[in-house]
Amino acid sequence: MDAMADVELSPPLREPVADAHVTSIAAAHIKMVARNVNVFYADKHALKDVSVDIPERSVTAFIGPSGCGKSTFLRCINRMNDTIPIARVTGRIEIEGQDIYDPALDVVQLRARVGMVFQKPNPFPKSVYENIAYGPRIHGLARGKAELDEIVVTSLKRAGLFEEVKDRMDDSGTGLSGGQQQRLCIARAIAVNPEIILMDEPCSALDPIATARIEELIDELRENFTIIIVTHSMQQAARVSQRTAFFHLGVLVESGPTEKIFTNPDDRRTQDYITGRFG
Amino acid sequence: MTDSALPTLRRIDVVSDAARARVRARYRAETRFQAYGLVAIGLTALFIAVVLADIVVKGLPAFTQHRLLLDITIDAAEIDPRQTRDPAVIRAGDFAALTRNALRAIFPDVRDRTGRRQLDGILSSGAPDPLRERVVANPALVGQTVSVPVLLSDDADLYFKGGGTAIERHPGRGIATPGGTSGEVTVLSSSNDFAAELVTIKQSLSVKARGLRQESDRVRDIVRRIETRKAALERALAAAPSSTSVQEELAGVTKEIESLSQRFKDLDGEAAALQARFDAPGAAEPLDETVPSVLVAINGGLIKITELSNASVKGRVLLPLESAAEAKPGSWHIVTYMTPEANRRVNDREVSWLERLWELGVVENVFNWAFFTSGDSREPELAGIRGALVGSALTLLVTLFLCLPIGVAAAVYLEEFAPKNRLTEIIEVNINNLAAVPSIVFGLLGLAMFLNFFGLPRSAPLVGGLVLALLVLPTIIIAARAAFKAVPPSIKEAALGVGASHQQAIFHHVLPLAMPGIMTGTIIGMAHALGETAPLLMIGMVAFIVEVPSGITDAATVLPVQIYLWSDLPEIAFQAKTAAAIMVLLVFLFVMNGAAIFLRKRFERRW
Repeated sequence: MDAMADVELSPPLREPVADAHVTSIAAAHIKMVARNVNVFYADKHALKDVSVDIPERSVTAFIGPSGCGKSTFLRCINRMNDTIPIARVTGRIEIEGQDIYDPALDVVQLRARVGMVFQKPNPFPKSVYENIAYGPRIHGLARGKAELDEIVVTSLKRAGLFEEVKDRMDDSGTGLSGGQQQRLCIARAIAVNPEIILMDEPCSALDPIATARIEELIDELRENFTIIIVTHSMQQAARVSQRTAFFHLGVLVESGPTEKIFTNPDDRRTQDYITGRFG
Repeated sequence: MTDSALPTLRRIDVVSDAARARVRARYRAETRFQAYGLVAIGLTALFIAVVLADIVVKGLPAFTQHRLLLDITIDAAEIDPRQTRDPAVIRAGDFAALTRNALRAIFPDVRDRTGRRQLDGILSSGAPDPLRERVVANPALVGQTVSVPVLLSDDADLYFKGGGTAIERHPGRGIATPGGTSGEVTVLSSSNDFAAELVTIKQSLSVKARGLRQESDRVRDIVRRIETRKAALERALAAAPSSTSVQEELAGVTKEIESLSQRFKDLDGEAAALQARFDAPGAAEPLDETVPSVLVAINGGLIKITELSNASVKGRVLLPLESAAEAKPGSWHIVTYMTPEANRRVNDREVSWLERLWELGVVENVFNWAFFTSGDSREPELAGIRGALVGSALTLLVTLFLCLPIGVAAAVYLEEFAPKNRLTEIIEVNINNLAAVPSIVFGLLGLAMFLNFFGLPRSAPLVGGLVLALLVLPTIIIAARAAFKAVPPSIKEAALGVGASHQQAIFHHVLPLAMPGIMTGTIIGMAHALGETAPLLMIGMVAFIVEVPSGITDAATVLPVQIYLWSDLPEIAFQAKTAAAIMVLLVFLFVMNGAAIFLRKRFERRW
């Protein structure tokens, strides 16, 4: 199946990396395991029996048409669906072998271990410094002002934002440009040193240049963090991720190495989606 | 799908006459609607302008007061006979006598008891107080003569503010010869100087006679109607001679006719008498207090005319003349006080003193600081709003300290933590309804709970604050909830995403962003509470409180209640004070609403 010929992919900005050490899922350490996850919004069955493994220190992309449940599944991983009263989650999600829906588990600590970057940049209406410093402060990650400063600077540098804001640390976070704000939110997320970073369409509100910068950033970050990214753009998934999962109508249709999904998918629905037949 | 079988659709018609007429009609309708809006706004603005103008015009006189600059000798014999220089002794001295004596020194001819009482009455009862304070502070003043401003009574103050009478002066044309310098005198003039005044008086007599005749006619009509009734009763009595009720009614009616007939006879007599006086143009006319007063200012003195004829007048000397020499034409004047004495609060003698004081230049008009520094008083010239201002401030403080924390906490709970069940719904509905409860009901609640059950002190800002807090609480809760709802949920999600607990997300992120809305709601609630009168009347803040309250358990009154109390008092000077207090209240409210607008703009965020 020479699906690649049918599909007009724009030339990727970077070469998709086929890392040697993540070609086989069996070889990598699994960070997160999901088994038979169902999500109901009142009576609507939004997510049906989703099971997937997420390896650590890699980027996993969730793709699929609108309304297929990928954002819903993403929000299950840090239990953000708990804030929606009509949402009900069944099944099992384990991070490092620990069931995150265990009643004994503190959801606040979970969210410090699983960070999230949202579709629309949402920095706090506080200063740039405060935005980054808030998380470490409430979790007690810094012993004193000097350490806190260090965390802030490191996070900003890792997010590639430090040079641009180092003279504006006390200015409001909302005064930055869209791309800068999103990088600020990424810096905020990595300031608490999470194990997993969830990104819900992080570039959909940004222009191509800002998008490219963030894709670069994601590639750098995967050396230290496990990243799950939901994206509408197949090209982005192809550029950025090592593994891809395709969702359709609330069902996880297929998951596997990115290259395989985009060149040689097993399921017909996947084939139809990546060739543009629907979605 | 390009299917040519579909019917072609019509396009809007823009060229025909009908279309153009429609467009014109639409424009006219829009202009009309705009005009309605403008007219509505114009009317509203007009009403507001009229109300404000009325209050300001009525209230401005209360912000100034007139004082006399008197040279007062601090007589050691009255104040400190034994030279102790002790403040307690000095304070007990009779300073009222000093001020009285200083005024009497200007009018030494006033010797009769009534006259002296009237002269003393020109000064306020609180006039000696500033002088007393001054001497107590500086005992070295005892024995010296100091120039001291002394407060005038409310009637004298009103007189100088134009509340007395209009005064007309004509120079005399002839040579006037007074018969003496004091007491009852006759003034002769060489030409018929008083003819004009005589005519005016006669004309007023005629007008009065006419009025009396109209009254008499009215009474005659009533008598005629009753006589018809009497005739009917007599017929009834003839038909049933033994009916006692008819007999009684007949007797009553007959008596009524008798008394009314007497009345109109009297009226007719009075009218005839007045008419006779009018018809005799040259006869002398006695002047009484129902006609404008006419006086003669001659040789530095003033004579009130008691009997008027063309060329000579009889009168009583009010201000002594310097001599009985004849006065050349133009050097003496005929003075008319246009408002009759019966319609005035100051009689002719008092007017003459006040005018003389004015001519002497000892009357000064100063800003009425006492309005803001003294408490309430029975004397209008001494009454101030400080007590009410402090009472209002204390009451509002209690209200603020109670309803702000409780209101915000309730709103936070209802918005963020309360489970969405039936109980929560009931609570929300009841809070919304409470905002519409008439305020006097809260007063009844305060009376029953705080005064009767808990036994808190009556009329205290503490109880007033509690009652007003109950009143304002629903407003604040509703405003706070709206402020919380206005905070975008993305902020809370961002906080949760970073690992903040629900509580941390609310208190660190949502609450600070909701603060401007909460503050605006609070200030509006406070402004509402500032103007509330009914509930405070129920808990007793309607008493006459003279001392300025010093704590929240002292008896106090608040500004709106003070306005209500003053508006009820008979003294005319209190009318100006009421309007002035309303102005102060309005300024207070404008400032508070201005603060609300300023805070809202300042903390307005663009998320």
